[in-house]
Amino acid sequence: MSETAMSSMDSGTASSSLVQMGVDKATLSHPVYNYKVVRQFAVMTVVWGIVGMLVGVLIAAQLAWPVLNTELPYLHFGRLRPLHTNAVIFAFGGCALFASSLFVVQRTCQVRLISDKLAAAVFWGWQLVILAAAITLPLGLTSGKEYAELEWPVDLLITVVWVLYAILYFGTIMKRKVQHIYVANWFFGAFIITVAVLHIVNSLAIPAGGFKSYSIYAGTVDAMVQWWYGHNAVGFFLTAGFLGIMYYFVPKQAERPVYSYRLSIVHFWALIAVYIWAGPHHLHYTALPDWAQSLGMVMSLILLAPSWGGMINGMMTLSGAWHKLRTDPILRFLVVSLSFYGMSTFEGPMMSIKTVNALSHYTDWTIGHVHSGALGWVAMVSIGAMYHLLPILFGRERMYSIDLINVHFWMSTIGTVLYIASMWVNGILQGLMWRAYNQDGTLTYTFVESLQASYPGYYVRLIGGGIFFLGMLIMAYNLYMTITTDETAEEQAPSGSQAVAGTA
Amino acid sequence: MSSFWSAWVIILTVVTFIGTFWVLFANRTRAPADPEQTTGHAADGIEEYDNPLPYWWFLMFMITLVFGVGYLIVYPGLGNFPGMLGWTQVQQWETEVARAEERFSAVRYRYLAMPVEEVIQHPEALRMGQRLYGVNCSVCHGADAYGAYGFPNLADGDWIWGGTPDAIKHTLVHGRQAAMPSWEAALGDEGVRNVTAYVMQLSDRDVDDSMAAAGKTQYDMLCVACHGAEGLGNPVLGAPNLTNGIWLYGGSESEIQHTLRVGRNGVMPAFGEQLSEDKIHLITAYVYSLSQ
Repeated sequence: MSETAMSSMDSGTASSSLVQMGVDKATLSHPVYNYKVVRQFAVMTVVWGIVGMLVGVLIAAQLAWPVLNTELPYLHFGRLRPLHTNAVIFAFGGCALFASSLFVVQRTCQVRLISDKLAAAVFWGWQLVILAAAITLPLGLTSGKEYAELEWPVDLLITVVWVLYAILYFGTIMKRKVQHIYVANWFFGAFIITVAVLHIVNSLAIPAGGFKSYSIYAGTVDAMVQWWYGHNAVGFFLTAGFLGIMYYFVPKQAERPVYSYRLSIVHFWALIAVYIWAGPHHLHYTALPDWAQSLGMVMSLILLAPSWGGMINGMMTLSGAWHKLRTDPILRFLVVSLSFYGMSTFEGPMMSIKTVNALSHYTDWTIGHVHSGALGWVAMVSIGAMYHLLPILFGRERMYSIDLINVHFWMSTIGTVLYIASMWVNGILQGLMWRAYNQDGTLTYTFVESLQASYPGYYVRLIGGGIFFLGMLIMAYNLYMTITTDETAEEQAPSGSQAVAGTA
Repeated sequence: MSSFWSAWVIILTVVTFIGTFWVLFANRTRAPADPEQTTGHAADGIEEYDNPLPYWWFLMFMITLVFGVGYLIVYPGLGNFPGMLGWTQVQQWETEVARAEERFSAVRYRYLAMPVEEVIQHPEALRMGQRLYGVNCSVCHGADAYGAYGFPNLADGDWIWGGTPDAIKHTLVHGRQAAMPSWEAALGDEGVRNVTAYVMQLSDRDVDDSMAAAGKTQYDMLCVACHGAEGLGNPVLGAPNLTNGIWLYGGSESEIQHTLRVGRNGVMPAFGEQLSEDKIHLITAYVYSLSQ
């Protein structure tokens, strides 16, 4: 190992022990930084993760056993599905982004958030949004736009909270005590600005009553605006935002310098310039004009390299520190999340090619693709970051049990693999069954036959999702014990996790 | 698209491409970085090396960009510029349909000249009809054609709109629109219950005779025009037979009352626009064969 690496490790260790010393364990407050809002969001990340994934497991069960759709309309698949997507994306993912961005912006700018009241308003405002979603969606109040189902009063509340968040975040950046803005903050900044634009443009609607509205767009334009929003919710909420998390927590946890600054520059600007064009690939072979479809496909293909830039930068940061993977399950979470990120950002451009899309569109392959990103990348990088963050926020040396983190890691990995593999099989099966035809030109299979053939995949998906969900319960237990156990138990030495890693 | 918006699309696309090329080239260096040297930034203890862009990654990026430029020259994408191939998705669809027609239509058209009663003697024709039925009709009428609530059973020999080959084909080509009006205003609550009793009596069920008698008077004034004096229905109007115990919307007292109160609007969509006549002929034969 080089001298520089050694010294950077030393300084990293030194600064983190300073943090430990600075933490007032009695009040759990921090003299310099506002950790309270970060702590609140971090805990809610775990809570909403459990809620959102539980609903996911329930609707996966409803697809495997349709009889579970009872007479009770509030628990019907059609109403719970948007609740699941909103809960995991905006409640679980959102809280993870708020927690990490507000932590990272303070630490990398070396300055406290500009206002504690504003921070509290962002936290409680966002919880109110989530609560409103949890009430209105089961009641069937929906604007019908995917990933933007919430009705106009909730949309207005989101807008207000988001503007407050932007003021809080960028205000803190402007007050920073270091000249250079760290790369994680570029990604968080792009995420905050773009999501504001996307949300406002896509949600424009004419109210027709307290919880009913009509989109101001019509027909194909409405579909195009919806998928411009929808795909950039993936691009800027679920990719740029979580790359911000990656750029802080991977080098921190690995205690290594970031691999390449210039790679950060190229892939950042290329990513945000190209992602915004990719939406039309959701509308291949529809009423959308040919030119828009082509542009969507071309830009999606070009997106492969900028997306992989982040994976390379994260992975290569570990060079010289690969041995840490043997003992550090948090680093495993982060690195495996990058692998899933690389895999799904290869799969995405491939699926955007018209000929591939003609097979994959409308099948379970799409669901599998989304979850290799959502479970493999978004959830696992968030979980890794939270395991790094939570002990710091609660003034602990480390989480209560490193072994349980390791168990959680394996459950998440196995759950994700089962989920996406079953959906790949189902998707390709469905695509091939739908296009098979007989000697006389008639279709070989009816739709219901392809559905019947999909059941094995639905059972495997339920098992995979269930395992992933149980992992979150272990995380909650670990968090609870971390908070309530005053001093981190002495016997939780790193050697304990080695033993588990060896047997796993 | 107006030429302004076409130019808008072209300019934005070209600027994005040039900008991406520029960012990629401006940061290109093959010189190996000093492994010891960081950029000098330190954010919360995190330092950054400045390694060159991995060459394979640079090449991959270049290839996708060049492919993109090529694709937009050949295919539509740059505003109103149609692309050098002149490709459109509608054209692609028409070509594929024409190719399929050429390949498969002969085997189906053979039966078009044949009367339906004769077509059903050919197992091959019935198999084709069944597959077409499975894809187009089974969603509502069921894979077994036994129907469902609101969707008629096609295999029981009871026909709302007539069961001759011609009637079935007419249903397929033009669709059907049934209209049972709401009688709540005319009958009142008591009237609804009385007429329900009479209608139930028509299919030999035990009811209060006095109610049924009262219901009959109103039936003879209001319902008789469509359902007939004996309740046998009228296929010309799509008025169901009320005497045979077959109920499209359920035959319980409450369902019949509901039908009388709010009416029913059954819709069979028209398939004449989506399916060619040879296919409709085969589906007609299959459906006809189910009750033969």
